[in-house]
Amino acid sequence: MSREYMTTRDIVGPLLLVEGVEGVTYGELVELEFPDGTRSMGNVLEIDRDVALVQAFQGTRGSNPSETRVRFLGRGLELGVSRDMLGRVFDGLGRPRDNGPEIIPEKRVPIYGQPINPVSRDFPDDFIQTGISSIDGLNPLVRGQKLPIFSGSGLPHNELAAQIARQAAVLERSDDPTKVGPVMEGEFAVVFAAMGITFEDADYFMTEFRSTSAIERAVLFLNLADDPAVERIATPRMALTAAEYLAFECDMHVLVIYTDMTYYCEALREVSAARKEVPGRRGFPGYLYTDLATMYERAGRVKGKKGSITQVPILSMPDDDKTHPIPDLTGYITEGQIILDRNLHRSGIYPPVSVLPSLSRLKQKGIGPGKTREDHADLSNQLFGAYARGIQAKELAVILGEAALSETDQAYVRFADSFERLFIQQGKTEDRSVEDTLALGWELVSLLPRSELKRIKDEYVDRYLPAKPHEYHPGEEDANMTPGMPAGRDEIGGDMVGVRK
Amino acid sequence: MEQGSILKVAGPLVVATGLGSAKMFDLVRVGAEGLMGEIIEMRGDRASIQVYEETEGLGPGDPVVPTGAPLSVELGPGMLGAVYDGVQRPLDALEAQVGSFLARGIDAPGLDRDKVWEFAACAKAGQRVEAGSIVGVVQENEVIEHRIMVPPGVAGELVAIESGSFTVEQPVGRVRTDAGDEVDLLMMQRWPVRIPRPYARKVAATEPLVTGTRVIDTFFPLVKGGAGCIPGPFGAGKTVTQHQVAKWSNAQIVIFIGCGERGNEMTDVLMEFPELTDPYSGYPLMKRTVLVANTSNMPVAAREASVYTGITMAEYFRDMGYEVVLQADSTSRWAEAMREISGRLEEMPGEEGYPAYLGTRLAAFYERAGKVECLGGPTRPGEQTEGADAPHREAECTPAAATCDLHKACRYGSVSVIGSVSPPGGDLSEPVVQNTLRVVKVFWALQDTLAFQRHFPAIDWLTSYSLFLDKVTPTWEREVSPQFRGRRDRAMSILQRESELAEIVRLVGLEALSPEEQILMETAKSLREDFLQQNAFRDDDQFSSLKQQDGLLHVILHFHERALLAQSQGASLKAIFESPVREHITRAKYVEEGFEAEYERIMAEIDTQLVGDMPNPGHSHEHTEVGS
Ligand SMILES: Nc1ncnc2c1ncn2[C@@H]1O[C@H](COP(=O)(O)OP(=O)(O)OP(=O)(O)O)[C@@H](O)[C@H]1O
Ligand SMILES: [Mg+2]
Repeated sequence: MSREYMTTRDIVGPLLLVEGVEGVTYGELVELEFPDGTRSMGNVLEIDRDVALVQAFQGTRGSNPSETRVRFLGRGLELGVSRDMLGRVFDGLGRPRDNGPEIIPEKRVPIYGQPINPVSRDFPDDFIQTGISSIDGLNPLVRGQKLPIFSGSGLPHNELAAQIARQAAVLERSDDPTKVGPVMEGEFAVVFAAMGITFEDADYFMTEFRSTSAIERAVLFLNLADDPAVERIATPRMALTAAEYLAFECDMHVLVIYTDMTYYCEALREVSAARKEVPGRRGFPGYLYTDLATMYERAGRVKGKKGSITQVPILSMPDDDKTHPIPDLTGYITEGQIILDRNLHRSGIYPPVSVLPSLSRLKQKGIGPGKTREDHADLSNQLFGAYARGIQAKELAVILGEAALSETDQAYVRFADSFERLFIQQGKTEDRSVEDTLALGWELVSLLPRSELKRIKDEYVDRYLPAKPHEYHPGEEDANMTPGMPAGRDEIGGDMVGVRK
Repeated sequence: MEQGSILKVAGPLVVATGLGSAKMFDLVRVGAEGLMGEIIEMRGDRASIQVYEETEGLGPGDPVVPTGAPLSVELGPGMLGAVYDGVQRPLDALEAQVGSFLARGIDAPGLDRDKVWEFAACAKAGQRVEAGSIVGVVQENEVIEHRIMVPPGVAGELVAIESGSFTVEQPVGRVRTDAGDEVDLLMMQRWPVRIPRPYARKVAATEPLVTGTRVIDTFFPLVKGGAGCIPGPFGAGKTVTQHQVAKWSNAQIVIFIGCGERGNEMTDVLMEFPELTDPYSGYPLMKRTVLVANTSNMPVAAREASVYTGITMAEYFRDMGYEVVLQADSTSRWAEAMREISGRLEEMPGEEGYPAYLGTRLAAFYERAGKVECLGGPTRPGEQTEGADAPHREAECTPAAATCDLHKACRYGSVSVIGSVSPPGGDLSEPVVQNTLRVVKVFWALQDTLAFQRHFPAIDWLTSYSLFLDKVTPTWEREVSPQFRGRRDRAMSILQRESELAEIVRLVGLEALSPEEQILMETAKSLREDFLQQNAFRDDDQFSSLKQQDGLLHVILHFHERALLAQSQGASLKAIFESPVREHITRAKYVEEGFEAEYERIMAEIDTQLVGDMPNPGHSHEHTEVGS
């Protein structure tokens, strides 16, 4: 039952004020037809008696008040879902973009979703192997977690995200605490949502997915830089609706990657400004936290369901500023963050994961005997602590000279360098099993005197520490190293002795 | 009842007309599904309503039905162990109705209507009772005895009372009020959440709330009935700290409000608390806990209400004479909910878009904390009669109900409130932090620099404060040790001095410091690592008793004094710092059973290793630590 009007009064930015309407409801889906024949979808943001405020997803270019047809469709924004979505590419509103046939939906689902009842959640505690040491070893991702990548313009977050999407695997439980279980096949689906990224970037993902046939287990929703900005508000919700269907009705483990949340937030800001709402920090609306939460909280596991939704949102921090509202509010909602660092990137390290300020808050739940290996948590703490100490020692060396360092501190400096070059650094297609990552970690800690391995149980040191220390040749790696300081410097810089200025 | 209709829908705000005699803060039912809403503004015939559920699909003309009553909670047996949303709908009942996802327009009463409780009367017919008088008890679970009180506003003669099995809707007794009406007494009361529950009077709170977290208990203690806040940037440790307090504090009842935070954190509590043993009662922690979970993706208006729902429950347990801890995580999300609603009402915004009344609302909320003399106790002024109608004489109590001794003296209860604050970008100058600091007396400042170094709890010892320190000192002296306060102050001054010296070290290196200063730096490090750092995920570290905290400080300070002595007698710093006993100091915090003996042993070892058999001035450990 649709009702059509040509009674638009005002058009402001992406918004239209339509008068004399009847029976319109909040959130209702709207179809707009402009005088030049272009169409746009929209929805009702506010309804006051017979006046409806409509946001146009494809913008209002080409519309005018008297000749724009506004059709209210009597339902909210929905996505038709089906298993056939796998392998397909859609636009930001869920329409095929790959010249393939329309999906014959099994059902239509409102994209705003319903909150998971907190008592129905199951706690995320299964390890996901991403094949990337700086994540698996130190900040592991867990099924049902939301773990964003905080990046900056020009940093290789797309490469990292694509690599995670290609390599992500779940492991079988292992009965032996000293052994990691084998990879389980065919358990993963990837839902990818692009908001405002360039064609090149989107193409990069598609090529990556295609070349590894990852595309067969992927659903893509693309809203590119030259697509209408307001449509981006719907895109991630389309993706999440697809993900919920695959996870909770088709029993799949779904990894949702969305990029770039910054453009999403800017679209929201645009609409908010057009509505003349009281702006919060940097002009973003005061409800940005809640708005983001209604998406991020759609990650999780549900009791009695086999599938899960894990989210890796990507956002580029304006000015690399972590206190900017977008990363800040994201960090307040997600369960940790992986931070990429420009200095590491400049010194040629991929992925430039800044280990110290990165954190996976669910890590203690996802690792250990059965899930990965008994020594994982201790080793990870030791690597973290040793790297932090190495960075401090390097700082000290900058001020007081290398010679002023104690022998132990010099060992830590060597450790930190090798750690960046061998552990953090890896190839863009290099898929390290968690065993490889742990073995590498053990080799690195063997650079330190055994008495320094205080964070690892003796039992594990006896079992896993390699007999011969790893040989390190400073010259060979330093050639392409710029003098920039490594990751985390700014964060822990002034805190050599744990006291703040 | 009259029925109004919707004029306008804007997000969680609905404007309606035709609500007749409905009043401010009355509850209404909105739309065909009867969504719960609350009137928050009235202009002429138009009422603005905040709706506790998603409003998609509502439109002008849809019905709005007033209920004639304000948003209230149901108080009675069955709350412990429950998980509610922000408007007290039990989440497990909702799950049973609609499954794992929260659909709209569903409802369930706060207290189970079918559950039968064993009520043991402890008052007798013919007695005079008043608001707050305990007429009987229900052993709600192994830990908590639910004391059934005469509700506020009722006083008169108890004309009937009966022990037996009842549901919360069945009368257990009847009161003939002074006005001559007869009122049924139920085990369930209703109370409007926005109005503080009455009490006889507030009294000074001096008893420490022991949390088991060393940096809190020793350095920045809270009292039972006090209010404190934990501001900090994301990931700094607000939630973990609050969970620690919920787990290990010596409160009798814990109310935890997940206000606009993560669903998984609620799950974490739900999975962990039933498994963990309350160190005081020996039973699972969940038995003394009530959860209010209105996560960030649940409707904002219900989030706004959730803190009131929580604190009203806290006051109810307080009125029974319990010591209650209420935690709200995060008050910033509550403030944001207020901001969002205020924006939709097009109110004139104050700072950062928050409504101008932000400060008043925060203050009114924290003001509901406190230690009180409860209503219904016999020692209330003017009621200390010993005659035949003296309320609740001991002899009148049934032996089964141990609570009845309470009637002999006045009853005290307390609500301690701890709110986390999530300032944008960690900037403490923002309005929620600033307005909170005006009303709370304890400030636990979390620093992300500490969290990055994995110094947990990341509570900054230099900027945090507690205004209760002098209040708890007498209790410390009585129950911990006479030296505890002195040791605490000494440790604090060492940490302060460290921060000054650190500047010099940064510029010119440690060697520029005098040997005494180098010892101080080493002690400060030991205080940070061996005392302040406390891993919430290690079984042998997450809880320290006050005595153990005192003992641990004593050990560390004893090393300090002996190191200074040894150095003055010619020992090298290297030898001092590398003495084998230090390894034992590092492990000292993990000692659980028999820590006293172990600490004595370590101190003796310090003596032998640092000063050997040199003449030992004043063998008592206390002696040496004063001065210097
Ligand atoms: N006492 C502690 N012991 C060990 N780890 C801790 C402790 N406190 C915090 N952490 C670590 O810090 C992480 C973040 O803590 P928490 O979730 O409490 O932060 P938060 O301040 O509540 O953040 P947000 O504002 O995002 O909710 C935890 O997941 C844990 O890894
Ligand atoms: Mg938190």
